[in-house]
Amino acid sequence: MLEIVFLTLIIAAGTGGELCVSHAMKALGEVHDFRPTALGRFVWRAARVGWMWIGVGMMTVAFFSLLAMLSMENVSFVVPVTALSYAAGAIGAALFLREKISKQRWLGVLVVCLGVTLVWLSRR
Amino acid sequence: MKDSPGLHFKTSILLLFIAFFAPLGNVLLSKGMRAIGSAQDWAPQGLFHVLIRILMSGYVWLGIACLLAFFVAYMLVLTWADYSYVQPASAFSYAVVAVLGLFLLGERVNLLRWSGIVVICFGVFIVGHTHPRTTEKR
Repeated sequence: MLEIVFLTLIIAAGTGGELCVSHAMKALGEVHDFRPTALGRFVWRAARVGWMWIGVGMMTVAFFSLLAMLSMENVSFVVPVTALSYAAGAIGAALFLREKISKQRWLGVLVVCLGVTLVWLSRR
Repeated sequence: MKDSPGLHFKTSILLLFIAFFAPLGNVLLSKGMRAIGSAQDWAPQGLFHVLIRILMSGYVWLGIACLLAFFVAYMLVLTWADYSYVQPASAFSYAVVAVLGLFLLGERVNLLRWSGIVVICFGVFIVGHTHPRTTEKR
């Protein structure tokens, strides 16, 4: 039961957090300069976007849930199962970020989810 | 929609960076947490002792450093690429994590789990053949 709670938190809070971070990054605009000082300035600018902190907060919840799960199960089981967030992520990207998700991309996401199901079944 | 120069190249490089550092961080965290063990006592004092042991673990700190490197790369790629592209494309890390789990932690990965990982990689291949950006450039 505790494992299901942690897995739900990893997927829901993790995906929600990543969507918020993605929203913040799009607001900053495309990065062209990858020199260390420019990257430092980029991280500083990112730290001043509110959505970034909401995202980091949600991802922190997912991170500690992941830590708890890793102390209970094998990493080669835990990490692939969290890939269920790919379906949630695609839906969230379409609704929240207004991304245009083609049929090919949806197919890819579904294939990833199928792979996750196989990993889940491999546990028994 | 006009692409910036080298869009596909820099997207691929950062996705490879993400696919390597994220699982490496997870494996190092797993190694650290296994050494600490599962929390038997959920009372505040018991949790505090577990937290202290987590903070004293070198593997946990190395894992966190790898995850920070991953996160900066993740932030960078999201400034131009779709989340719905980056997220599934970075699933290549599942193959990396299985290999790292096998060699670094000695975990047994059965045939069905390997099959699942191959299917995940095939899904990543399909997503990887879509355009990285579908929204307007800011």
